[in-house]
Amino acid sequence: MASESDRWYDDAAGPVVRPYAMTRGRTSHAAEAKLDLIALVVTRHAPGEGDPPADDPDLTPEHLDIIERCQYQALSVAELAADLDLPVGVVRVLVGDLLEAAHVHIHRPVPPAELPDESILRDVINGLRAL
Amino acid sequence: MAMARTDRRIEPAAEPMALKLLVAGGFGAGKTTLVGSVSEIRPLRTEESLSELGRPVDDVSGVEGKNTTTVAMDFGRITLREDLVLYLFGTPGQDRFWFLWDELAQGALGAVVLADTRRLADCFAAVDYFEQRGIPFSIAVNCFEGAELHDPQTVREALDLDPGTPVVLCDARERESAKNVLITVVEHAAYVAAAQRAPAGA
Repeated sequence: MASESDRWYDDAAGPVVRPYAMTRGRTSHAAEAKLDLIALVVTRHAPGEGDPPADDPDLTPEHLDIIERCQYQALSVAELAADLDLPVGVVRVLVGDLLEAAHVHIHRPVPPAELPDESILRDVINGLRAL
Repeated sequence: MAMARTDRRIEPAAEPMALKLLVAGGFGAGKTTLVGSVSEIRPLRTEESLSELGRPVDDVSGVEGKNTTTVAMDFGRITLREDLVLYLFGTPGQDRFWFLWDELAQGALGAVVLADTRRLADCFAAVDYFEQRGIPFSIAVNCFEGAELHDPQTVREALDLDPGTPVVLCDARERESAKNVLITVVEHAAYVAAAQRAPAGA
């Protein structure tokens, strides 16, 4: 056990697969402009319905993971990155692929120039009070 | 297999809406603590080329593609309603990660600037940043044990804030206090939004 401190284990050793290997080296995606950190990703197929995407040879396990996670709940790009323990840039590329193949759709946040509706802000305040 | 979960079908919410608030402040001002008091906190990792991160704003010429950096930020999700989610992002405290702020700030509803009165200068940069970009923000003075208590007016003067900018005292460890901080900034954002909608002088 004495040698344990000189060695790197598990997370400390860094990823076994470099993050961008999962994207086949791509660091950006054409759809990226739509993929804000809080853009919500929703899977198009209901669970168990439609063409099983697992048969799609273009989809990696990470793609399938995203499809499955977003079936039950809309998840933001940021959450997917945290849940999958992947860098945001990698998740953007993967979600971009899924968007292109129509496996998911995206709810984009309110455009920066437009302010959210007053009633929504009221809902946010009330929601926070009720926490 | 994905098929094993067919029985758990949940109708996805019709038009979910996501909003975000930023939590800024100097290193050790309590950003992580505040986010953790009101939401389940998760670390978010970015490992991207610097040129890509600066994509919307920076001239990337001269930046070679292999310059990558890993930055960890805190973020939390508060589900207010099935179709309304508030995300909190703790901005990276170190100055060298400023380039990340622009993406975070885009479309943000507002920002909380956490201040530690023992090191008030640490939050000047954040105050400037939000003022310049017109992002509604409030100052939350994190009352650390052992730190001398200053009243909000003194802090306001020390930071040379606009009269409308709220200053609240808080204990970032306390959920109720952290909630109050968030409510203050959303109320301020609503006020600013209403003022912008109303024609000037109305």
